[in-house]
Amino acid sequence: MNDKIRVIVAKPGLDGHDRGAKIIARSFRDAGFEVIYTGLRQTPEQIVNAALQEDADVVGLSVLSGAHMTLCPRIMELMKKEGLDDVLVLVGGIIPDQDIPKLKESGIAQVFQPGASTEEIIAFVRNNVRQK
Amino acid sequence: MAKDVRERLFTTVSGVPIETVYTPEHIRELDYEKDLGDPGQPPYTRGIYPNMYRGRLWTMRQFSGFGTAANTNERFHYLLKHGQTGLSVAFDLPTLMGQDSDHPLSKGEVGKCGVAIDSLADMETLFKGIPLDQISTSMTTNAPATIIWSMYLVVAEEQGVHWKNLRGTIQNDILKEYIAQKTYIFPPKPSMKLIVDTFEFGSEHVPQWNTISISGYHIREAGSTALQELAFTLYDGIEYIEWAQRQGLDIDDFAPRLSFFFNAHNDLFEEIAKYRAARKVWYKVMTERFHCKNPKSAILRFHTQTAGCALTAQQPYNNIVRVAIQALAAVLGGTQSLHTNSLDETLALPTEHAARIALRTQQILAHETGITNTVDPLAGSYFLERLTLDMEKGCWEYFERLDAMGGMVAAIEQGFPQREVQDAAYEYQKAIEHKEKIIVGVNDFVVVNEPPIEILLIDESVEEQQIQRVRNLRETRDNGRVLSTLTALRDAALTQSVNMMPYILDCLRAYATLGEICDELRGVYGEYEEPAF
Repeated sequence: MNDKIRVIVAKPGLDGHDRGAKIIARSFRDAGFEVIYTGLRQTPEQIVNAALQEDADVVGLSVLSGAHMTLCPRIMELMKKEGLDDVLVLVGGIIPDQDIPKLKESGIAQVFQPGASTEEIIAFVRNNVRQK
Repeated sequence: MAKDVRERLFTTVSGVPIETVYTPEHIRELDYEKDLGDPGQPPYTRGIYPNMYRGRLWTMRQFSGFGTAANTNERFHYLLKHGQTGLSVAFDLPTLMGQDSDHPLSKGEVGKCGVAIDSLADMETLFKGIPLDQISTSMTTNAPATIIWSMYLVVAEEQGVHWKNLRGTIQNDILKEYIAQKTYIFPPKPSMKLIVDTFEFGSEHVPQWNTISISGYHIREAGSTALQELAFTLYDGIEYIEWAQRQGLDIDDFAPRLSFFFNAHNDLFEEIAKYRAARKVWYKVMTERFHCKNPKSAILRFHTQTAGCALTAQQPYNNIVRVAIQALAAVLGGTQSLHTNSLDETLALPTEHAARIALRTQQILAHETGITNTVDPLAGSYFLERLTLDMEKGCWEYFERLDAMGGMVAAIEQGFPQREVQDAAYEYQKAIEHKEKIIVGVNDFVVVNEPPIEILLIDESVEEQQIQRVRNLRETRDNGRVLSTLTALRDAALTQSVNMMPYILDCLRAYATLGEICDELRGVYGEYEEPAF
């Protein structure tokens, strides 16, 4: 039963635009993943804590406010501190090309920009998630 | 291609099936006087003025704001110099959430989505060198709208401008925040009370101000259909009126200052039908449901913004074309003011260059295309009139369901509009992924390895500057006066029958910060938590 891929979908920061987060959460569920949506306005600490508590394989972050360069590296720092190095962390939202290399350097596995398809994101998760 | 797949291609952006051809048969029930009327005549389907843009063009109002108040003030002067005719302020997320820039949750957000405003001092800088009696200003603020508007009123006071000469709009629409954009602070009941306070205060002291802009824009951006955008927005209007009446206001005192705000998506005819139906349905609501006496109460005036969600990060220059067509729909639909998005909308806030192209798009429509020569040029089209009638019918059906739920606040508490919008967003995404809808550059006509375009970067030092500024303010102001005005505010909030505006104005004059004022109100009103569904 517990070989399902467990995903946390989270909205860090103050941004309330949750269209993308809700669509991806539902698409992950349809793909057979176990999905926990954290709700809005989560601090990096709350998100990492949820990943730890829920034994997540994947954390999907949705940021559209422009605060990703502050929030995402902070989340990665806390993930490492908690020993969650093998958790796949993805970011989606309004992320300019220029910021992608720095996000990946901080440990983000992939960045999905506007126009990314849910199928492409699901395929990425299946191909890159840790083996159980 | 299988026939049923082909059929699915011939639907509107919202998924409404469209027939091969429309004939007089399709609009047999249409009665000119009853359903359309001349422009400037009830039910205003054809427009609210007899001569529309021949009399005066729509207001070209580009939404802008970023960084510090000084940064945005500079952009305002630039836009005014280039022929923009009204201002429209975008605030950053900490401001929209009623938090100061030095709040821990503001980290990384200061000056990003808009301008950072912590206190009256920032508002003074924002409008430096702009005489407030000579410009109309729109401010996109909702949960803390009462406070932000009060800041503007105090700046006017300082400039020696009488409030009765101020023109502009505050968005002040909390219902669509619960439904779609989710930038809420307080629970529905106190939020609705604060809104009604602005209706009352405005009708008495700031008579030319639109105290609300009831917005479908964000509902559409969250993924709704055109019909849902229209129906939920107009029903939000009904809900505000009912709350105001329960607070003892006379409908004809405030209804003429209600304004609306719609999205302009890609589907040209569906959008035009939406605007035309909006005026007609509102006229009927105001006269038949509320029995207003003042004819101005029954006239729906609206602002339009082109659809951010319809633009693509891929091949971003194509967005100029999309925006032009969306703006065309808004003008053919009779908008009173318009914001055209910049080509870099899906990447960041606009560069000066991108913002100028967006403004020029409106100027080209206004001055080069001939579309302003005659009023409502598409009236009588079998297709458009059928769409308009269907849009109206769809509204009445939604209204019936919402009435049965006990109104919009009750429906929101049950998660109804939120679920409707989420389902529509999901369907739309699937339609794109199954290529039932083609988005150029995204699921077809793709280019690989495009070079990135120039984008506006917000200087990371903005946050530090803003934090220093608000901390200095707290050290240099008269803190005794701040404390006494905040205490008076708290006492007033506990007495539910008093209008909060005068107390907020006093706090601001003492340079209490936005965060301090909202914290006092949070203490009394509590905070809204979205139920899970």
